[in-house]
Amino acid sequence: MSTTTAPTPTLAPANPRRLVDFVLRARTFGILGVLALFVLITTAIQPRFLHADNVRFILATTALYALVAVGETFVVITRNVDLSVGSVVGLSAYVSANMFQAHHGIPIPVVFLVGLGVGLACGLVTGIITAVGRVPSLVVTLAMLYIIRGVDTIIVGSGQVVANALPNSFINIFHDTLLGIPVLAIAAAVVVAIAAYYLRSFRSGRELYAIGSDPDAARLGGIPMGRRIFGAFVLSGALAGLGGVLWATQYNTIDATAATGLELQVIAAVVVGGVAIFGGSGSVVGAALGALLLQTISSALNVLGVPSLWTEAISGFLLLVAITLDRGIQLRLAAALRRRRVHLGA
Amino acid sequence: MEPERRTLKMRIAPLIRWESGLAIALVAVLILGNSISSQFFSSYNIFTLCTNIGDLALLALPMTLIIITGEIDLSVASVLAVSAETLGALWMHHWPMALIFVVCLAIGATAGLINGLLITRVGLPSLAVTIGTLTLYRGLANVILGASTVSNFPAPFNMLGVSGFLGVPWLSWSVAIFVVCAVIAGVVMRMTPFGRSLYAIGLSQEAAFHAGIRVKRTKLVLFVLSGLVAAAVGMLYAFELSSAGENIGIGFELQVVTIVLLGGVSIFGGKGTILGVALAAFVYAGLRSALLLTSSFNENDFQVVSGGLLILSVLIPNAASFVERARALMRRGQIRDRRKLLTLADAEVLDRE
Amino acid sequence: MREALQLMSSTSSPPGDTGAQPGRTQAEPRSTPILSLRDGTKAFAGVRALEDVSLELYGGEAHALVGENGAGKSTLVKILGGVHQPDSGSLVIGGQEVVLGGTADARAAGIAVIYQEPTLFPDLSVAENVFIGRQPLRSARRIDYRAMDREVAQIFERLGVKLDPDRIARGLSIAEQQLVEIAKALSSEAKVLIMDEPTAALSPVEVERLFKIAETLRAEGAAVLFISHRLEEVFALCQRVTVLRDGKRVLSRQLEGLTADELVRAMVGRELQARRHEPHQPAGTVLEVDRLTREGVFVDISFQVRAGEVVALAGLVGAGRSEVARAIFGIDRYDAGAVRVGGQPLRRGSPTAAMSAGIGFVPEDRRQQGLVMELSTEENIALASLRRLRRHGLLFASTERAFALNWAQQLQVKFTRLSNRVSSLSGGNQQKVVLAKWLSRQPRLLIVDEPTRGIDVGTKAEVHRLLSSLATEGVAVLVISSELPEVLSVADRILVMREGRLVATLKHDEASEERIIAAGTGQSAVVDRLEEPSP
Repeated sequence: MSTTTAPTPTLAPANPRRLVDFVLRARTFGILGVLALFVLITTAIQPRFLHADNVRFILATTALYALVAVGETFVVITRNVDLSVGSVVGLSAYVSANMFQAHHGIPIPVVFLVGLGVGLACGLVTGIITAVGRVPSLVVTLAMLYIIRGVDTIIVGSGQVVANALPNSFINIFHDTLLGIPVLAIAAAVVVAIAAYYLRSFRSGRELYAIGSDPDAARLGGIPMGRRIFGAFVLSGALAGLGGVLWATQYNTIDATAATGLELQVIAAVVVGGVAIFGGSGSVVGAALGALLLQTISSALNVLGVPSLWTEAISGFLLLVAITLDRGIQLRLAAALRRRRVHLGA
Repeated sequence: MEPERRTLKMRIAPLIRWESGLAIALVAVLILGNSISSQFFSSYNIFTLCTNIGDLALLALPMTLIIITGEIDLSVASVLAVSAETLGALWMHHWPMALIFVVCLAIGATAGLINGLLITRVGLPSLAVTIGTLTLYRGLANVILGASTVSNFPAPFNMLGVSGFLGVPWLSWSVAIFVVCAVIAGVVMRMTPFGRSLYAIGLSQEAAFHAGIRVKRTKLVLFVLSGLVAAAVGMLYAFELSSAGENIGIGFELQVVTIVLLGGVSIFGGKGTILGVALAAFVYAGLRSALLLTSSFNENDFQVVSGGLLILSVLIPNAASFVERARALMRRGQIRDRRKLLTLADAEVLDRE
Repeated sequence: MREALQLMSSTSSPPGDTGAQPGRTQAEPRSTPILSLRDGTKAFAGVRALEDVSLELYGGEAHALVGENGAGKSTLVKILGGVHQPDSGSLVIGGQEVVLGGTADARAAGIAVIYQEPTLFPDLSVAENVFIGRQPLRSARRIDYRAMDREVAQIFERLGVKLDPDRIARGLSIAEQQLVEIAKALSSEAKVLIMDEPTAALSPVEVERLFKIAETLRAEGAAVLFISHRLEEVFALCQRVTVLRDGKRVLSRQLEGLTADELVRAMVGRELQARRHEPHQPAGTVLEVDRLTREGVFVDISFQVRAGEVVALAGLVGAGRSEVARAIFGIDRYDAGAVRVGGQPLRRGSPTAAMSAGIGFVPEDRRQQGLVMELSTEENIALASLRRLRRHGLLFASTERAFALNWAQQLQVKFTRLSNRVSSLSGGNQQKVVLAKWLSRQPRLLIVDEPTRGIDVGTKAEVHRLLSSLATEGVAVLVISSELPEVLSVADRILVMREGRLVATLKHDEASEERIIAAGTGQSAVVDRLEEPSP
């Protein structure tokens, strides 16, 4: 019986389990590595970059994107996509901020709940149409992107919410810190942690991965696909709704165009963070890191004096690099796993 | 077996198609428009309608081909922008217009080539890639002209947005070009091996490959074509607006996808016709025009309508099973109805019997 | 090794006289069956897939379910597995009538089905695949990973299998995937294990391992239902057999005392005629394969096929035969060596070049590769000839239809309307459509991978006759087949591959099933000869 032992791939260990772990960790470290690189280079050129103020600003801004990215990750893991998050953030931002204008003295937590509620409602509708109608999510969420933005524009009319309509306590949320770290960042981190824990430690969380990994097998295996996918969209909507309130604390002046195009930035963050666009794998921690990376780059470019016009181009370029790298890793992994089995009949 | 004789039933069945529904919808829209306002059929209104839809419709043609093969190109609006802004920038520097045309088209083809290579050679999913290039190209477009705007395009180009095609007052150049291109595209899709291969690729890429169809090369060609067309439309649009500036054409890709899907093209690939997309484009434009003529409707309201139409367009084919599933959901707990929930699994399994 | 030989042999007489064998020990069946179907009937769109079929599965017993394709085996399995509900009749489990509303119900009732194509989740770990939806929990309903890993490790030990529970499922071989599925069944305390054609993609070692596991389960009191068309395996493993034919049960009895001939007759309903071989007159060389190599798949493959001869590539599943064929046609690439057609070198990796050189390729997987299932029959037939059908540069529907009709008639495809989807045809007719697609190009070399897989007996014979008459007309034919009787009846020359190498060349007169198997499994006791093609 001849067995040709294949040359083990030089970088990764031959054991497939450790290979996979290695790859996953390499991915996360990869993001952190690029992050570190950017920070180092930028700081070297412009030390102002690492000033406490700037770091706090980056963290506070990231909070919003990380939050929405968590919801988007849940959806993408199931092999779907939610293109409506930008519109949801915009609508929620206006509605919640407008609460201050319409009802003086309204407590801030209530406003947060209102934002959450708006997002929840949007997510419910999207979820029902996708899960019960078995309609491709690309189409549904594209339509919802339009519809929600349209509703937003109708509600807003030509008006807007101006900064001085908002109470200072609300506006300060963006700048509030706890032990030097922005509260928004801490809150987002908490949400990420809870989501990560849920995805890892609960059956329904694992089922989301199963659905994205092989939808037919999931259906055959009796996994309640409709329910799970519905839940993912509701969560995505809810988190986007919360994100809207965060938007309001940051930008203060909100009109009908708020958060236009945000969905693309969120998807970019998610993909850069290692979540496969075809579902089945990836982590919310990765997505949050992806969001952090993109915001850091944006800030770095700003600090370096690069016109903000370039941010978009660079972010797009990074997305392409990220998915190309992922594909390369994927192919190498598959080849390594195959070579392991080269001795036939084992 | 003898050649089949065509019974009346056999003749009628093929007519009950998405395209027929669109034709009826178009008639309905025209009637609606006319009843809303006597101005609906005025030369001016029709011309405005044409200028609104012509560019989108032109972009919808390569998009249709791409979606039929099971891919998608979300970067078209960004390529349009790059082309328009390049046009503006080069014109500002007094380049000869003929040379500018060549450069812009070359840029479009290159943009499409990048998309195509990433998708066919590297093997990346087109959704992810074109979201990336959408951002990248838009970013580059914005860098080209920055915040400035160029508006002094020369005659005859600057008349493209106001004067009719060959003097016909109600027909815009963009729609005229579209009609010609649509006819060509339609013939190619139905009656050439290339067009037929697109349907095969969309339905079963593997089987198409095993039948000798060059799947990768075909898709690459489609993406380059998409880039070319987007660049051409970019120039056309800039001329029509008589300006090229920041954020030109933003959001177009979503409108184009909407029109293609409304046209009966399946997002999964393998199904759809140029005729359907053309009809959908006119229904879309007509509906928008009609609604905007009512005093209480504006552009934003139309966004909601267009989103609603999009959802309807995918729900209707699924209507029967959708209703059953909704009913089944409401009566959970009874075995009988859970059987209905399995109808889809049944049908799939039946295929394999 | 003798067992392996007997496993792979398809000789008519059961090996009942060779003494004690694992599969033949009779466990005492309990008086009440664990699972039984009573008078089950199921129809799909008016076609009766099952009619009044009854089946009893007893604990501690391996029960074989045999029948031709289309006999209703899959439907029966799906009813037992909860995928379908019978239109009439009842399922009785442990003495109680039960309605299985879905696969989850079946699993809860202790029924585990292992399908021919295992469906695992590639991105989840092995352990998670075993326990998906049923992961052991600790406090607050959180997954207890340690307990899960422990249980999976225990199960694998019980099965005598070395698989890392933490590894990702992607990249597992079919045999390994099956093991995971079995582990899944064990972990849910399955009382009934149904295996649907489990050995199709396994090497003999893996088959042996699978049978040992089935034995273990049987000894523990589970009922095993084994669906297979490999009669030698049926005789080796099972105690009872039920034969389905055209949706009805025609036989159900102990295997002891039954001959394979009787079994086959029950399956087919008539005497199987021994297929005779027609000799051909080969002419010049059409295909020349020269030291073809693809790392890790096949090595140094050299052979020739002449016009007017039928050459078969035999060997076990996984020997690399299909891969060689795909490399020749250009679907896959190869790393070294050359292919020449009619003396001219053939560009690698290009099906278009292969087609221009006059090669046709009927792939193994009809549904995914051979046909575009959602296109019509006529469109499928014309799919490889679109360029040639143009008139004035355009394709007209009438041209296409006439073309397709002509070839469909020539191959006697049974269809209602050519414009109906090809998926509406039976397996045999679908295969004829694939053949029509290629024959309409008048190839000089036709490569056919598993020409009669999943086809009824009647169409099988038609296809064999077709291949032979092609050779008579001067076409070079290369057949890949795992069915030895087919190989023997069709081929003028038989090339045997084993583990990626060409190990034997046998002329028809000197070939026999034993020799082919011996070469395919590496028995040095049998003469191995590498022959130069004689002029």
